[in-house]
Amino acid sequence: MVKFITAKEATHFFKNGQTVMIGGFLNCGNPQDVITEILKTNLKDFTLIANDTATPEDSRGKLVVAHKIKKAIVSHIGTNQETVRQYNAKEIEVDLQPQGTLAERIRAAGAGLGGILTPVGLNTLVAENKQIITVDNKQYLLETPLKADVAIIYATYADKFGNLAFHGSTKNFNVLMPMAADVVIVEAENISEQPLSPDNIVVPGIFVDYMIKKENNGTD
Amino acid sequence: MELTKEQAQEIIARRVAREFKDGDVVTLGIGLPTKAISYVSDDVHIIVQSENGVLGVGAYQDDSNRDPHIINAGGFGVTINDGGCFVDSLTAFAMMRGGHIDLTVLGALQVDAEGNLANWCIPGKFTPGMGGAMDLVVGTKRLIIAMEHTAKGAPKILQKCTLPLTVAHKVNTIITEKAVFEIINNKLILREISPYSSLDEIRQTTDAEFIVDLTA
Repeated sequence: MVKFITAKEATHFFKNGQTVMIGGFLNCGNPQDVITEILKTNLKDFTLIANDTATPEDSRGKLVVAHKIKKAIVSHIGTNQETVRQYNAKEIEVDLQPQGTLAERIRAAGAGLGGILTPVGLNTLVAENKQIITVDNKQYLLETPLKADVAIIYATYADKFGNLAFHGSTKNFNVLMPMAADVVIVEAENISEQPLSPDNIVVPGIFVDYMIKKENNGTD
Repeated sequence: MELTKEQAQEIIARRVAREFKDGDVVTLGIGLPTKAISYVSDDVHIIVQSENGVLGVGAYQDDSNRDPHIINAGGFGVTINDGGCFVDSLTAFAMMRGGHIDLTVLGALQVDAEGNLANWCIPGKFTPGMGGAMDLVVGTKRLIIAMEHTAKGAPKILQKCTLPLTVAHKVNTIITEKAVFEIINNKLILREISPYSSLDEIRQTTDAEFIVDLTA
């Protein structure tokens, strides 16, 4: 059953050096409140798994600015000049992933699969040191599952059972990451006493461990 | 004839717009490829997909319809057209990788005579990441590269790309302010010469062998 906590209390579920998934796409569907609290602590050396490193002023981008990210497994860093600077200065390790491959690797971990086969990245730098598997005379890269110790997720709507639903283009990685992390913390904008309609639920509450009533709307 | 950057981009965008067919599901790169939408003729209705999970991307938002929860892949506030829907990243990429996109238009750093594309990385200088580009180009039914013919005078159409590839052997068409090329069976074929250019100028600014066949 999901537990309701504050963003400050959520910081107790993190340890130095952990792998953390954070939902959101650029400036949309971003959790903020737990990150604001993490910035007040000495927590550090995280491996970040996310679509991108946002901007220096927004969500997970602020963790990069504060040097709390040791390694970023993302599809894009170009919108955060501080990630680019740290990468060029070798202050942060960046493992760039094709975005669809990143999503499927997260899904694989959450769905109990041993990996996925994708044609994306063949004949490019992405294929380096990866196994190529031929199925029906077509080549694919074997991409392994990606899981996390903790996930920080944004949702527009939630109920007391932990069920989640989303407005607009906020679904992005927020829908898949809850399956792939040991501890899942959700920042929800609206939490209803009444159960959400089973027809409209996108993320089932059984994937969610902790719920926070969001202070802002996730866009800063 | 010397064109300004703006003039070159408008010529390219107008020419790209003629490639859209009624009912096409299309994905457009940020910047120049997106400008092509402005020039699509009124009787052609396309469905624009955005990798962040919008199918049926409409006009940009204005003060009458601000909603921070609806963006395109460039992070700009957009609207959604009737019949459109929002999906998660898995579904957005299934559309792209799974062969459900009719036409993709992207920019390029380099493109070569074998249909290889490089548009995500200049080692040591520029590494923003590939984002969704690699997935997109693998699955699309047709791939058009829309770009200025040269970068600071240097050719961008080469015999062989020197930068890290985004994808191998996938580019179908190259549209620049000077020319339209097709790539068929690893051969580069000049199909159109822009009224603002000439065969001589195209030869001088293209670092690849090509066949001239303006009959198609």
